[in-house]
Amino acid sequence: MRLTVAVGIVVTGSLLTLGAAPVSNGATPNAYIAPSGTITISAASSLTDVLPVIAAAFTKRFPKVTVRFNFAGSSTLVEQLNAGAPVDVIATASEQTMAKAMAASTAVSPIIFAKNTMAIAMPAGNPANITKLSDLTKPGVLVAVCDVAVPCGAAARDLFKIANITVTPVTRELDVRMVLGKVVADEVDAGIVYVTDVKWAGATVTSAAIPLALNVVTSYPVAAVKASTNPLAAKAFVQYLRFSFSAQGILRAYGFMKP
Amino acid sequence: MIPGLVAIAFLVIPLVGLLAEAPWGSFGAILTSQVALEALRISLVTSVAATAIAILIGTPLAWLLAREILPGTRVLRAMVIVPLLLPPVVSGVILLTAFGRRGLVGQWLYTALGIQLPFTTAGVVIAETFVAMPFLIITMEGAFRSLDGRFEDAASTLGASQWTTFRRITLPLVGPSLVAGAVLCWARALGEFGATITFAGNFPGVTQSMPLAVYQALETDRSTAIALSLVMLTVCIVVLVALRGRYLRPAST
Repeated sequence: MRLTVAVGIVVTGSLLTLGAAPVSNGATPNAYIAPSGTITISAASSLTDVLPVIAAAFTKRFPKVTVRFNFAGSSTLVEQLNAGAPVDVIATASEQTMAKAMAASTAVSPIIFAKNTMAIAMPAGNPANITKLSDLTKPGVLVAVCDVAVPCGAAARDLFKIANITVTPVTRELDVRMVLGKVVADEVDAGIVYVTDVKWAGATVTSAAIPLALNVVTSYPVAAVKASTNPLAAKAFVQYLRFSFSAQGILRAYGFMKP
Repeated sequence: MIPGLVAIAFLVIPLVGLLAEAPWGSFGAILTSQVALEALRISLVTSVAATAIAILIGTPLAWLLAREILPGTRVLRAMVIVPLLLPPVVSGVILLTAFGRRGLVGQWLYTALGIQLPFTTAGVVIAETFVAMPFLIITMEGAFRSLDGRFEDAASTLGASQWTTFRRITLPLVGPSLVAGAVLCWARALGEFGATITFAGNFPGVTQSMPLAVYQALETDRSTAIALSLVMLTVCIVVLVALRGRYLRPAST
């Protein structure tokens, strides 16, 4: 199995770097120390629904591991991490935010595990009758976007630039789920969110797709945290998220694109 | 004595930490940036407006509560003080259910008058008033209660109307408490974050007050966040010094 191989590699690497219990020459490739203990995962808001499902599959595979989550906007997560938050794994919604963690050398060797694109979400029934991006410039249309500091905001800014339109939002929320919340509550007429958010929100929102040629594709990097107190389990989760069939299958089911 | 010193250290050390990390070199540039100036303007305008509203409608309510004129005063008192105990985010949710576009009052405002309070500066004022007015009410109720009723009685027997009595006798006697209550209310309004971001959203120049700007700056540039925090601290100290403790003595309420 691809998964077993991947985990085997990780574990061997960990043993070497940690200088853990010596493995005798006769050790079979399967003789490894199983990950155990608790890991805390800082993850971007847009991963709020999918990651706990993946974590459940992960803990089924590694029953001794307990996974805890810390969800927020990607830049908040990196800020927390760089300020010394006790986290083991970080998954952000953009490479730019992850780069800030790399610059502070708080996270190590990130890998892209999923991709996403943007969509327009409207309250159920679409009261303002929005069908395309340019409708967002109509007078009186209330639009919510993320602040440019967070990936969904940077993506929204790029979207408007590609479409060559000027949209004046009424609010710049600090994570994508706050935008979705304002849409679901019908406080705004439209919001720029991820395709996966629209999929998760189901019938509570109406959505308009953005043609791929005009859309922005975002990447999700995941990395083990350098100061992790449980590097074995942290690396196992990173590898599981990227390479296991079950994790990638769950991501597809939630609307994420393959890395 | 030791616990007292621990308390002092606990309260003062964070302030020193803020000063130690302050980006003095770029301070001027940060303070005169558009984001900072707009946020400061929004904060000052909304917190003063919230305090004014609280004085105008909160003071009469405090008087009604103190004189126990309305039926069910005890229940009323508990209800008007609830926002004091609620987490501000919950206050924001409550305000949305009342004044949001789909809210109890909000949907009527929206369909009949075309008024939508969320995402407006007025929405910020409402959020701040909701969480801050109880401070004024409880301060003023205490003041009205400890008032010697005989002065008012004397004025009434001399032919003064209820309004004249209130204006000429009651108000001057509770003046110091009014200042103290207003300052508490204003400080709470100035620091409002949770209810504001939940109910009014976050947009520079419209609903982004200083606390929201500090939080957002923390996402991108820590030194800006610290500089803005320092401004908030300075504003608070200036107010405390301006009042010279005259109205804020422990027993003034």
